[in-house]
Amino acid sequence: MEQYAIEMLHITKRFPGIIANDDITLQLKKGEIHALLGENGAGKSTLMSVLFGLYQPEEGTIKKDGVEVKINNPNDANDLGIGMVHQHFKLVECFTVLDNIILGVEPNKMGFLQKQEAREKVLALSEKYGLRVDPDAKIEDITVGMQQRTEILKMLYRDNEILIFDEPTAVLTPQEIAELMQIMKNLAAEGKSILFISHKLAEIMEVADRCSVLRKGKYIGTVNTKDTTMERLSAMMVGRNVNFHVDKTPAKPGEVVLSVENMTVASKVHKNNAVKNVSLKVRAGEIVCLAGIDGNGQSEFVYGLSGLEPLVSGKITLRGKDITKASIRERSILGISHIPEDRHKHGLVLDYTLEDNLILQTYFGPEFTSKAGFLRRKNIRDYANRLIEQYDVRSGQGAITVSRAMSGGNQQKAIIAREIDKAPELLIAVQPTRGLDVGAIEYIHKQLIAQRDAGKAVLLVSLELDEVMDVPDRILVMYEGELVGELDPKKTTQEELGLYMAGAKRDEVKA
Amino acid sequence: MKKVLKNPGVQTFVASIICIILGLLIGYIVLLLINPEGAAESILNVIKNFFTWSKPKTQLKQFGNTLAKTMPLLMCSLSILFAYKVGLFNIGVAGQYVAGSCACLYAALAWGWGWLPCMLFAIVAGAVLGAVVGLLKSYCNVNEVISGIMLNWISLYTANTILSKVKEVASPYTMYLDDINPSALLPNVGLDAVFSKNKYVTIAIPLALLIAIAISIILNKTRLGYELKATGSNKNAAKYSGMKENRNIVLTLVIAGGLAGLGASMLYQTGYMRWECTQSSVPSMGFNGIAAAFLGGLNPIGAIFSSFFIQHITDGGQYVNTNFYSSQISDLISSVIIYLCGFVLFIKLSMTKMISRSEDRQIQRQRAAAAGSGKDGDK
Repeated sequence: MEQYAIEMLHITKRFPGIIANDDITLQLKKGEIHALLGENGAGKSTLMSVLFGLYQPEEGTIKKDGVEVKINNPNDANDLGIGMVHQHFKLVECFTVLDNIILGVEPNKMGFLQKQEAREKVLALSEKYGLRVDPDAKIEDITVGMQQRTEILKMLYRDNEILIFDEPTAVLTPQEIAELMQIMKNLAAEGKSILFISHKLAEIMEVADRCSVLRKGKYIGTVNTKDTTMERLSAMMVGRNVNFHVDKTPAKPGEVVLSVENMTVASKVHKNNAVKNVSLKVRAGEIVCLAGIDGNGQSEFVYGLSGLEPLVSGKITLRGKDITKASIRERSILGISHIPEDRHKHGLVLDYTLEDNLILQTYFGPEFTSKAGFLRRKNIRDYANRLIEQYDVRSGQGAITVSRAMSGGNQQKAIIAREIDKAPELLIAVQPTRGLDVGAIEYIHKQLIAQRDAGKAVLLVSLELDEVMDVPDRILVMYEGELVGELDPKKTTQEELGLYMAGAKRDEVKA
Repeated sequence: MKKVLKNPGVQTFVASIICIILGLLIGYIVLLLINPEGAAESILNVIKNFFTWSKPKTQLKQFGNTLAKTMPLLMCSLSILFAYKVGLFNIGVAGQYVAGSCACLYAALAWGWGWLPCMLFAIVAGAVLGAVVGLLKSYCNVNEVISGIMLNWISLYTANTILSKVKEVASPYTMYLDDINPSALLPNVGLDAVFSKNKYVTIAIPLALLIAIAISIILNKTRLGYELKATGSNKNAAKYSGMKENRNIVLTLVIAGGLAGLGASMLYQTGYMRWECTQSSVPSMGFNGIAAAFLGGLNPIGAIFSSFFIQHITDGGQYVNTNFYSSQISDLISSVIIYLCGFVLFIKLSMTKMISRSEDRQIQRQRAAAAGSGKDGDK
């Protein structure tokens, strides 16, 4: 009989109105890397929450080393040696690496910390698995890759045997991804069992031994990666064949719509400027992608462009008109639409209904507000119904659904409908597909290209390599607040792009 | 039944009723603990308030007193709920109320202004104080609760100092409006006749009701309300869509402060009360406004009823039998009830949880039944 480190047998977890996990079985062998694949909403997170004791399943059992166990809370999971690297790291920013690793299990004598002991153990672990970290560096000063290694060391320090990685590659450069893959293989070779949650097929094919697929809460099957192909895995994941490639005709760039000269924007997080002296142009009928690893000034660049943050210096022109000093509202009226990076923070008033969110950029116009300052409710409803129809925004109660109750994909569709429908000159789309499933991504890419073909200028900011390679007509790479490369997506490779993103390669970029 | 309970309006109403009953119950228990003998009678008197009097005429007159005091409370609760809808906790309402009192009394007694200028002056005073809180909040990032509480004390002692100039020589109270400047008294517009010649029943009552309706309309039907609520619910999204979120915060607190100031004018300009220049705590009207706002489900129309109820209980407190209890007991009982009134949101939340849990169980039961019976299906 096969020896399993952890088994989740016939797990069923229901929420009111939805079955998040329907009879799911997941068996993790000792020393293997097991991928868990599924779209957003497929039930991966619920399953992991069950494993961590955050939810109690209605049916099914969990076995550790063949013995049935009961996991009532995360402490139970920790006692069983289950550890997890979350997608968003759970680190104390102003603490050192070492402090973060021992957090919660600090070695002490009568309340006094015994850090030396901890340091030796951490250094030994870091040596053994090739996890390069500086124990005395503060989290806020180190790279995302090193932060992730800190998270991994945290699990190892607690002698966890079962390691869960939740979408670990989303924030990494291609080079860092390669390094992480090697680390995962080392860990497995030392007998650790790894559960690797991802929806990136190439990585799964490279690193995992087996792969279990979930779709809409149901267990689809488990396959050996060496016996399958990416196409077959993706068909299992979405239930149909997916067109990976984005269809589009060559761009026909026209006049310059947006021109940015020597823009510098201050950073809120640290003292130096987040955007340094950036110049670029976007023409009508082209999609320009601002690529780069998260936190290299892309967000601040967009804030400066949309007026959310003031510029330290520089000049912005839209269709020949200087808008450097214009307010957010003026820029919006002049024809800038902005699909924001964080749809919950900026994009929507979650407690408002869908219809009220659809007029967020236009509510003050005569169509929606009477001269006396009263809202024209009937017009608002009609307008909302038209957008819902046209952009296929789905929600429980139509126009009067509270936005908070809508799925992420439909919230994003609502924002896209709102921003595109106001017929912008320039559409800024910041990570428009973040956290969405394959179907929604396909839809959004089509919309962006449709805007381009309608003669609009589109500025796309993306962290997803596939998106950067497939959607735009031009790629500008941003590294530490500066433009370091201009690439043609048809001629470059992901590897070359990665070198620019990591700052290993740079050219002089002129707008 | 469950469907009805899921309606947020019904939920608020039920939660408010539960709070009231709980409050009365605990008040009763407190009375029982102190002295079981007069407990039942006393708590009944609290509930009965003016009905304790036997003559209908006296009842009506006392009812008029309660109404006269309800209106300032209503203004304070509107002040709280208006700011709350914009995501601000205007605990400075008490200080804004004090500023309003000081302004209208001083203008009336020292300068001999008529009732309307006095009332407007009170509104301005409250609004200015609100603006201070708003400016500190939006441009210096000072939490409105902190600055509000500080300003409560500042305005209290400022009011004491200023109003000492117009106080009676022999007492700590300000002079009678009736004697010095009757023109500053709010007009009765014939309402006094309705309430057995109760001269404290004034234009303030219809005015306050109209303002409650106006606030409801502003919040729900206008562009201003749309902007303010968006700012309150998600400041970042408001900024992103080009709203002037800092201006909105200041504007909100100006309106909230103005409402509190108006409330003060509605009480002191009836002549019902005089300012005591030695008082060392802000009048409870402002803080009771918080309870009234929550008990009314943060709805301006609901606030009309909750304000009346709270004033009713507060007035009822004076009918607690003082043979059995010390006279402070009335404050204790009404404050226990008012305290419980603040629990509306908590009760609403527990109700929602209970409903969804029982739904969850029902779904499971249905499934189990369906699985068990097999052919019957899960109809």
